[in-house]
Amino acid sequence: MRLGRVFDDRTRKAVTSTVYKRTRDVKGAIFRTLLQVALLVALLVLAVLLVDTVLDGWSVLDGRLGDFLAGGLRSQSGDPELGVFQGIRGSLWIAVFVIVLAFPLGIGAAIYLEEYAPRSRLTSFIELNIRNLAGVPSVVYGLLGLAIFVRGLEDITGGKSVTAAGITLAVLVLPIVIITSSEAIRAVPGALREAGYGAGATKWEVIRTQILPYAAPGILTGTLLSLSRAIGEAAPLILVGAVTGFLGGQSGLLDVTQLQERFTAMPIVITRWVQQSGRDGGFATAAAAAIVVMLVVVLLLNSAAIFLRNHFEKKR
Amino acid sequence: MTAVTDATAAAESEAFPPDVVFRVKDLDCYYGSHRAVRYVTMDVREREITAMIGPSGCGKTTVLRCFNRMNDLIEGARATGTLLFRGVNLYDSRVDPVEVRRRVGMVFQKPNPFPKSIFDNVAYGPRIAGAVPKRELPDIVEASLRRAALFDEVKDRLKDSAIGLSGGQQQRLCIARAIATSPDVLLMDEPCSALDPISTAHIEELMHTLKEEYTIVIVTHNMQQAARISDRTAFYTAEVDSETNVRYGLLVEFDTTEKIFSNPSDERTENYVTGRFG
Repeated sequence: MRLGRVFDDRTRKAVTSTVYKRTRDVKGAIFRTLLQVALLVALLVLAVLLVDTVLDGWSVLDGRLGDFLAGGLRSQSGDPELGVFQGIRGSLWIAVFVIVLAFPLGIGAAIYLEEYAPRSRLTSFIELNIRNLAGVPSVVYGLLGLAIFVRGLEDITGGKSVTAAGITLAVLVLPIVIITSSEAIRAVPGALREAGYGAGATKWEVIRTQILPYAAPGILTGTLLSLSRAIGEAAPLILVGAVTGFLGGQSGLLDVTQLQERFTAMPIVITRWVQQSGRDGGFATAAAAAIVVMLVVVLLLNSAAIFLRNHFEKKR
Repeated sequence: MTAVTDATAAAESEAFPPDVVFRVKDLDCYYGSHRAVRYVTMDVREREITAMIGPSGCGKTTVLRCFNRMNDLIEGARATGTLLFRGVNLYDSRVDPVEVRRRVGMVFQKPNPFPKSIFDNVAYGPRIAGAVPKRELPDIVEASLRRAALFDEVKDRLKDSAIGLSGGQQQRLCIARAIATSPDVLLMDEPCSALDPISTAHIEELMHTLKEEYTIVIVTHNMQQAARISDRTAFYTAEVDSETNVRYGLLVEFDTTEKIFSNPSDERTENYVTGRFG
């Protein structure tokens, strides 16, 4: 009995001496610190940028936000009618074109590639090229837009119009929409497909009732992020002829007659004002305020994306 | 040409015994150019449980998935030889695989309920078949869940997601989903391999009752399970082709379960069922 207890104590000691030992995971700790530093640097840069921009544009944002949102491009920064309305209007229409053209075409192409296309060399060749297209610099798309949509299809687009710009940017984000949608569709578990087919569903029924609902959150996230990208692009817009100087006419936000007229967009407005700030310091403040406005618009879009994704995720 | 085929088909159906659901003769299954399963000849009889047993890679699942043309979903998969479903050649070009799958239901190895409500899971087949008026759906769902011995456990939460059920319940839900389209045959691909012993016992009990209305073909790794529940057993094994040096599966012996487990005619079967194999 007593011997047994001694033995137990010894065993216990032997065990505690090993399991109580704190193995120092030094490499792990270093790695973890590095990760935290990386996150911190990224957040810090972002915060500095944001605070700096808001401070720069504060006098406009605080003083005359209403007029600034309603105003247009002017040659003097002191002009009380100086504002971003035309930029917002142009960007909004570009977004409409991307949603109407790039989303259905891109998602459709992705469904075809993933579900219908035979696994052949041609298919992988096409997939490879779509990936390459996603990496093509946006200026190249601007040249394409200038050649095809501004000059070639002038009768339809009206030349240097918001229509030409919208189609150009829709083409620009099309590969991204296809890739992200393909990935979302590929992530649908095979068991779900089999269950659908096993219950006697046709291919179309399996796609409609199982694959698309399951892939919807992923498709949505990818497509809306590509929309943010389209709204932020400036380079292709310069090539398809976005107006940088004075833009006449005061069509309303939703007035469709402007679709074939000259246009401008938020990134162009910002670029232009930053360029002019050397001559007229007031433009620096206006540019900063415009950046804040654009950030808010993009932020709203991304929030909508997250909200919709959560909604679909709950449903699936 | 067609006339000849029709004449042959007529001759076949005349000679076709009414209690044979599937007649398999010299069936070979290919994946691309690889002849993966060879020499399968067996009859599946009505209202019996036919078990297919054998080591991994012996082709039993491949053969099972021919019975409802599920292998069509795998690119490059095809079959040669004869596979008659109630006298009709399943691999005839006129056969619509979707219609086959409505008549030959399937339960998979891992429970795979849709991420929808319990009700919608069971109603899925009837809904897409479109043959049932909407107001009859609740009755069909209830009857299917009852037959799958699940109704009492879920009757108060038919609108809840099927993902919240336990593994055994999910598998019974999948059985309910499979029988909701009132198929002739139920194919089960190792339906208990992901379940605990109590759920397994549930499913086995259920198969005994289902046998009164359905013909069941089950693939199982569990020899005791085959011995307990099945009327006939097919033993498959894997061998290496001496010429090409590739592994392929083949049917060794097909007989009544009693004979297979007590007095098999092939030595390979005996070695396997007595545990002297691998």
